Amino acid sequence: MIEFVNVSKRFPDGTVAVEDFSLVMPSRKTTVLVGSSGSGKTTLLRMINRMVDPSSGRIEIDGEDTSSLEPVALRRRIGYVMQNSGLLPHFKVIDNVATVPVLNGVPRKQAREQALTLLDTVGLDRSLADRYPSQLSGGQQQRVGVARGLAANPNILLMDEPFGAVDPIVRAELQVELIRLQRELDKTVVFVTHDIDEAFLLGDQVVILETGGRVAQVGSPTEILSDPANDFVANFIGAEKGKRALSIRKTPRGEILVDTEGRAAGVLVPGPDGSPA
Amino acid sequence: MNWIVNNLPQVWQLTLQHLATSLPPIALSFVISVPIGWAANRFRWSRGFLLTVFALLYAVPSLPLFFVLPALIGTGLRDSVNVVIALTLYGVALMARSTADGLESVDPDIQLSATAMGFSGWTRFWRVELPLAGPVLLAGIRVVAVSTISLTTVGAVLGIPSLGILFTDGFQRGIVAEILTGIVVVIAIALLVDALLVQIGRLLMPWGRADATASTGRLDRRARRAAAA
Repeated sequence: MIEFVNVSKRFPDGTVAVEDFSLVMPSRKTTVLVGSSGSGKTTLLRMINRMVDPSSGRIEIDGEDTSSLEPVALRRRIGYVMQNSGLLPHFKVIDNVATVPVLNGVPRKQAREQALTLLDTVGLDRSLADRYPSQLSGGQQQRVGVARGLAANPNILLMDEPFGAVDPIVRAELQVELIRLQRELDKTVVFVTHDIDEAFLLGDQVVILETGGRVAQVGSPTEILSDPANDFVANFIGAEKGKRALSIRKTPRGEILVDTEGRAAGVLVPGPDGSPA
Repeated sequence: MNWIVNNLPQVWQLTLQHLATSLPPIALSFVISVPIGWAANRFRWSRGFLLTVFALLYAVPSLPLFFVLPALIGTGLRDSVNVVIALTLYGVALMARSTADGLESVDPDIQLSATAMGFSGWTRFWRVELPLAGPVLLAGIRVVAVSTISLTTVGAVLGIPSLGILFTDGFQRGIVAEILTGIVVVIAIALLVDALLVQIGRLLMPWGRADATASTGRLDRRARRAAAA
């Protein structure tokens, strides 16, 4: 469990990235921080592994105040996946994945063997192991990035807009893949994105942020969608327009759902629990 | 041609001495420039200050330096150590800037990523920043190498053995073939060392070649992207 307690961050130039932020991120769940640029979401993420230190307040991991932990050691036990993969261009794929175990003192040969297994885990062919990152596609690089984040078998995985730079088709695949991985591995995932669809797809807990890290609403996707806390949230999730605002239209053969443009979005069927639609 | 054939052993001897005097300054200026380049990028004020100071070294005329150095460090006037030290100073003058530029050229995102992985500052410098500065360092050391090999000849004015002796001797005795031989051999050594440095660069930076093959064509890239998924 990760807990933010009254955390604020003021940068030396005077900008307030985060003000009085408190939140519990439950273990083995995916918490998604979603907001536009300037919402402090990346700053919040980087405070967890002490890439950024809070100006005030504290962050606890399983009850332990992170400010009492040595930053380098802390980072080595927290997985980190970033946009544009952040792979080291001069390390082969296999050595990129093995980076953290090697830093932790695992013999290189053994670390490489584990890394091969991780390539399987993230759905990459082992034949890519000896390539350099520049020889991979964007989607493959991102998978290597995820494998690297998992290499030290961390309990916590931080993901900073990891799928932001790949095209929509590959992004959709990677998202599905992450859901599968999370089902298998049960990590505490903190995921940052500006894409509300991605947030609703991946998050067990979604945190919608306004400027300065102010929490607009916290809840499951269902809770947020069914009961937006205010106009900002309603507007942000687009509840009243486009593909989320669906209405029922009766047709001779049954009821269909149409969006605000009048285009068919789906068919109304009884719910999975047998209740009427 | 006759002159060369008759004096081959002497030319060979001078070539070896030339190498012995010029290779250490090349290596030394590379090594010495690493901490200077690091320090230059470390603080906001240090870059302009350090790089200017070291660049000014290059403005010191070489001949007086060969006279002053023995007095300063107590070596003999004809000791080749003087040349090694002087040429190292010139090498550092060029190389410090290349090193600072190279280290600065490393993508900040990569540095951030390395930090997030749990590299300590020290490990990150040696395992990430310095290797990735490699192409710029290589470009810098190639200039230093060629310039050092050429400058080594100046020591001959004081009688310090190098291929420059072929110039001084050739001028004094009016043997054109001797002077020409000196020029050709110096250029040959410079080209050879340069080629060697390029090879070393290839060996130490295999990812650079990977990069080159990766950009052979857009079609190729597109095919890979399609195969990606």
